[in-house]
Amino acid sequence: MITRLGRDRRRAVGRMAVRRLLLAVPVLVLTSVVVFGLAAASPFDPLVGYLGDRYLTAGAAEQQQLRDTLGLDDPWYEQYLRWAGSLLSGDLGTSRSYGQPVADVLAERLPWTVLLAGTALVLAVATALMLGVWTAWRQGGVADRVVTAVAHALEGVPPFVVALAAIGIFALGLSWLPVAGLTDAGAAVSVGQVSRHLILPAGVLAVSQLPWLLLHVRQSLIAAFGEDHVVGARARGLPARTVVLRHALPTALLPFVTLVGTRLPELVTGAILVESVFSWPGVAAAVVRSAMQVDFPLLAALTLLAAVVVLLGSLLADVVYTVLDPRVAADG
Amino acid sequence: MAEVRTKERTGDPGGVGFGGWFDAGRVWTRARGSRRRARLTARQRLFVGIAVLAGLVVYAVLVPIIAGLDERLVDLAAAGSAPSLEHPFGTDQAGRDLFVRTAAGLRVSLLIAGLCAVISTVLGVAVGAVAGAVGGWVDRIVMRLVDTVNAVPHLLLGIVIVALYRGSVVAIVASIALTHWAPVARLIRSEVLSLRQREFVDAAISGGASRRWVIRRHFLPAVIPQAVLAAVLLLPHAVWHESALSFLGLGLPPHRASLGTLLDEARESLLLGSWWTLVFPSLMLVVATLAVAACGAAWRDHVLPRRRAEEWA
Repeated sequence: MITRLGRDRRRAVGRMAVRRLLLAVPVLVLTSVVVFGLAAASPFDPLVGYLGDRYLTAGAAEQQQLRDTLGLDDPWYEQYLRWAGSLLSGDLGTSRSYGQPVADVLAERLPWTVLLAGTALVLAVATALMLGVWTAWRQGGVADRVVTAVAHALEGVPPFVVALAAIGIFALGLSWLPVAGLTDAGAAVSVGQVSRHLILPAGVLAVSQLPWLLLHVRQSLIAAFGEDHVVGARARGLPARTVVLRHALPTALLPFVTLVGTRLPELVTGAILVESVFSWPGVAAAVVRSAMQVDFPLLAALTLLAAVVVLLGSLLADVVYTVLDPRVAADG
Repeated sequence: MAEVRTKERTGDPGGVGFGGWFDAGRVWTRARGSRRRARLTARQRLFVGIAVLAGLVVYAVLVPIIAGLDERLVDLAAAGSAPSLEHPFGTDQAGRDLFVRTAAGLRVSLLIAGLCAVISTVLGVAVGAVAGAVGGWVDRIVMRLVDTVNAVPHLLLGIVIVALYRGSVVAIVASIALTHWAPVARLIRSEVLSLRQREFVDAAISGGASRRWVIRRHFLPAVIPQAVLAAVLLLPHAVWHESALSFLGLGLPPHRASLGTLLDEARESLLLGSWWTLVFPSLMLVVATLAVAACGAAWRDHVLPRRRAEEWA
């Protein structure tokens, strides 16, 4: 299904990507304004964040002096411009809850989140494709009925319930897998340790995304069975396997690409919950900790990071879609 | 191929779920000799959903009254006891009866979620109707705002809001309501845009109707069925959102029972082997979510029989 792209088409796709990137700029600026505005309007005093425990012991004069130095009494737009300026120059500020620069926190924790979310996404997509094709093929059969019923029921189960149930069954009941963490207590970080600890969180995150993906594959495949080219292939007497995998599946997969792109926010949401339940040392768990301690620099950086990921994800999905399907106009 | 019935709506197995699934290509399976299963009609699904929901509401409202127990009542002698006749759902680590506590939690969660669903629907309808009706730069700005709210995962934005305005129910309600209006606004806007093309609107405008009049008399009544549907479908999301916040320790304070705080407590008691602290509150959460979703799906079939399900997930 990979088509060789003509030069015009390649240019058109490139133009689309550039246009979408340009459109992402105002969205990101607006996101930063919203986050900053929420912080500026909140009753929380940034000086408390700056001083931490010393806030109580510092005298009023010292506090006022700090306020002047930090420019906390300036109008909000000056504060915003200063904050955004340092953000753009790469200075993300210092995280109070971790006691180190925000950039270091991200560098330390981002790889673990990418590992977890990436594994989960691959697992979910692979399972969804397999089960989706199977259930659509055998539509109305026992397996189809069981799988769709379970998938519909799973749509109503939040990720943290899945996580707790998985811990209860596989970690506590059967003692197959560790309860939480990246490694056993005191053990060094090694491939064996991490992969054993990865199974449950990645599995739970995959299961929490699975129902939507699976039902979508099944549904678009069933719709594809009714299309002319598939009916034609069947009429020519091609084996069912060829018809399903080579004729129906490619058309059914196209909207699936978009769906995976639009599910990214849910993946982030799931990661926040799953990392927090399993004490996974990723950035998503850092969201909760920084929120608990009103660690604004880290919280703002993480929010913007999530927005970037979501925008890039939907851009990537659209580019892939346009590259794969020559019928789609590349001007969206 | 006369038998291929495309775009026909049929029930889901189990009668639940957000998606309305179409049944194209049935010939394929008939050829394979599968049997037709008995399906629930939309009306039956609505009744089942409403009955389950009514049961939950009765449980949430009446049990705390009838039991005559305070859900915060600590009885250390009975701490961590398994489900029994005296405590049908068992007790937690402080000996609080979970049957009563779950009812109280369900009530709090449903109340907060209902409030949030209504607020964000009203907000979404107002924003969407104005954007669609006014058009121009107002529309463009509003749509950028919608993009922005959609670009940040809802739970993350909600966490930012509750973190900065800590410890009040208002903050929780705001955190949910302010993150869920965007899809409603987009839906209502597109509905209004298509209404603008209709002849009765042209007639009203050429008859001298003001923009405000057209919005109030022609646009708003036309989008009300959609808005009600949106509110119903938002309810399970709001329940989730509230329980997720409380579960993470960012929502209601731990002594206030909500489904989220109960599950947060279950995290620890689960390690001590008290499976019932997890099972019963999460059962209530899941059943409530699915019942509302079933009602929403049935209502959608009723008001919008030909429309493909919007992605509310």
